[in-house]
Amino acid sequence: MIIDLRQVALTYQSPDGEVEALRDISFGMEEGEFVSIVGPSGCGKSTLLSVIAGLETPTGGTVTVDGEPVTAPSPKVGFMPQRDHLFEWRTIWSNVTLGLQIRHTNTPKEQAHVHTLLDRYGLAEFVGKRPSQLSGGMRQRCALIRTLASDPCILLLDEPFSALDYQTRLTVSADIYDIIRQEHKTALLVTHDIAEAISLSDRILVLSARPAVIRSIHSLDALQGLSPLERRDTPAFHTVFNAVWKELNADV
Amino acid sequence: MSEQFLSPQRVAYLRARRRHTILIHSLRALILVGFLAAWEIAARLELIDPFIVSSPSRVLGTLGTLYRTGDLWLHVGTSCLETVIGFVLGTVLGTLVAICLWWSPTLSRLLDPYLVVLNALPKTALGPIFIVWIGAGTASIIAMTLAISIVVTILNMHVGFLSTNPQKIRLMRTLGASRHQILWLLVFPSNYDTLFNTFKVNVGLSWVGVIMGEFLVSKAGLGYLIVYGSQVFNMDLVMATVLLLAIAAVVMYQGIQWLEWLLKKCLGVIS
Repeated sequence: MIIDLRQVALTYQSPDGEVEALRDISFGMEEGEFVSIVGPSGCGKSTLLSVIAGLETPTGGTVTVDGEPVTAPSPKVGFMPQRDHLFEWRTIWSNVTLGLQIRHTNTPKEQAHVHTLLDRYGLAEFVGKRPSQLSGGMRQRCALIRTLASDPCILLLDEPFSALDYQTRLTVSADIYDIIRQEHKTALLVTHDIAEAISLSDRILVLSARPAVIRSIHSLDALQGLSPLERRDTPAFHTVFNAVWKELNADV
Repeated sequence: MSEQFLSPQRVAYLRARRRHTILIHSLRALILVGFLAAWEIAARLELIDPFIVSSPSRVLGTLGTLYRTGDLWLHVGTSCLETVIGFVLGTVLGTLVAICLWWSPTLSRLLDPYLVVLNALPKTALGPIFIVWIGAGTASIIAMTLAISIVVTILNMHVGFLSTNPQKIRLMRTLGASRHQILWLLVFPSNYDTLFNTFKVNVGLSWVGVIMGEFLVSKAGLGYLIVYGSQVFNMDLVMATVLLLAIAAVVMYQGIQWLEWLLKKCLGVIS
C-alpha cells in the first residue's frame, strides 16, 4: 500500500463549537492506482486530502504514505489545487520551479527534469512568458508540471478542473489523465463531478455528508484500458453513474 | 505607420474622439487662463484688495525675488528633503511593523486596540510633544511626518497581507514552504499593488506632516515661508509659496509613479 489510512478521524475546534469533519475513514491505495473521491459539497473531501498531504493532523487514526507516518508535507506527495494558482509576477519557468526553489533543490539535474516535462507537454517555448499570456488549459498543465517538478510518487488533485468551462474541462482532464498515466503516478482525485470521476479512475470512493464516512467503494475494472472520452460512451459508465448518483442523493 | 484600411465609421470615430480630447485640453487651459486673468484684472482695477489677495503678477515678482536671492532653493530643498526622509521612514518602518503583525497573529490581536486609537488620533496633536522631547528642529518635523504616515502604512499593508489567497498559502505549504518563504515568495509579492498605493497615500501624508511641522517649528522650508508671510502680512509671499508647494507635491507624486514603474520593472511585475 502506498497510501494507507486507518480509522482516520478529524474534529475541528472553533469558538462556535466542534465540527466533526471525518469519521473512521479507512482505505488503502496501490502504487499506480487512480482513485476518485466523490461526495456532497462541504463533506470534508478536501480536508481528507489535506490530511494525506500533511497539512492537517488528524485527531484520530493513522496515515502512512510509502510506509512512513505523515507528519508534515513531503516531497513524495504532490498537490494540485482547485485553480492553477500560478503567480502572476513570475515567469512560467520560475512558476514551475517554485517547489524546487522552496526545497532548495534547484539543481541542474532537477532543472533538466523540468525541461523534459515542459518539452514533453508542449510548454517549452513559453518558459519566459507570464501566466496571463497562456490559455486555461496550458495554465493547468503548468500547474501540473509545478507539482511534478520534485518528482512526487503520489498526486493529490483537489477538484483541479472545477474552475474550467465544460469544454476545456473535458480536454484538460483527459490531458492530465494521460500525463499522470505516462509518468506512472499514483493519483487521488477529489471531485463533485461523478462523470469526471468515472471517466478517469480505477476506483471511486463515495463519502457521506458531514461527518464524512466512506459510504461505498465502486470498482471500475470493466472500463480498464479505455480513454476518459471512450468511457463516457459505455453502458458500464451509466450503470456506475446512476448508482453513485443515488447514493449522493440519499443524503439530500 | 501601418498601411491598414480603416472603415469610414472607424475614421469618423477616431476623428470625433480626437476632437473631444482637444476640446477637453483647451477648456482646461481656458479655465486656468481665465482664472488668472480675472484675478489679475480684478486686482489691477482694485475690485479686490491686492494687499489681501495678491495677484498673479505680484506672485511672479515674488518668485523672481526668491530666485535671485537664492532663498527659493533653500526653502524648496529643505521641505522636499524632510518630506522624502519622512516618506521613506514611514513607508519602510510601517511595512516592517505590518510584516511583524502578519507573522504573529498573537501580536496583531494584542496590539489591535492600540492601533485603532493611534489611527483615530489626529497626529498633529503630537507636534508640541515631539518639540519638547526631540527639540525645536528638523528632527521634530520628521517625527511628525513619521507619526502621520506610519499608522496608515501599518494598517493598509497588514490588511493587504491578510487578504492573501488562503488557497495559494495552502499550495505553498504543500510545496514545503516555511512561514518565511510564504512571506517572501507569496504574501509580499502579491501585495506589490497595496505597497504602491501606500506609496501614493504616504507621499501626500508626508507633505501634510512636513508643512504642519514647519508651521510649529522651523527656520526654513515652505511651511516656514507661509507662516512668516502671513505674520508680516506679505500675502504675495504666501501665495507664491502655496504655488511652489503645489508644484513640488505634483513633481514628487510623479516621481512616485516613476518609482513604481521602475520597481515593477525590476521586480518583473511588468515587462
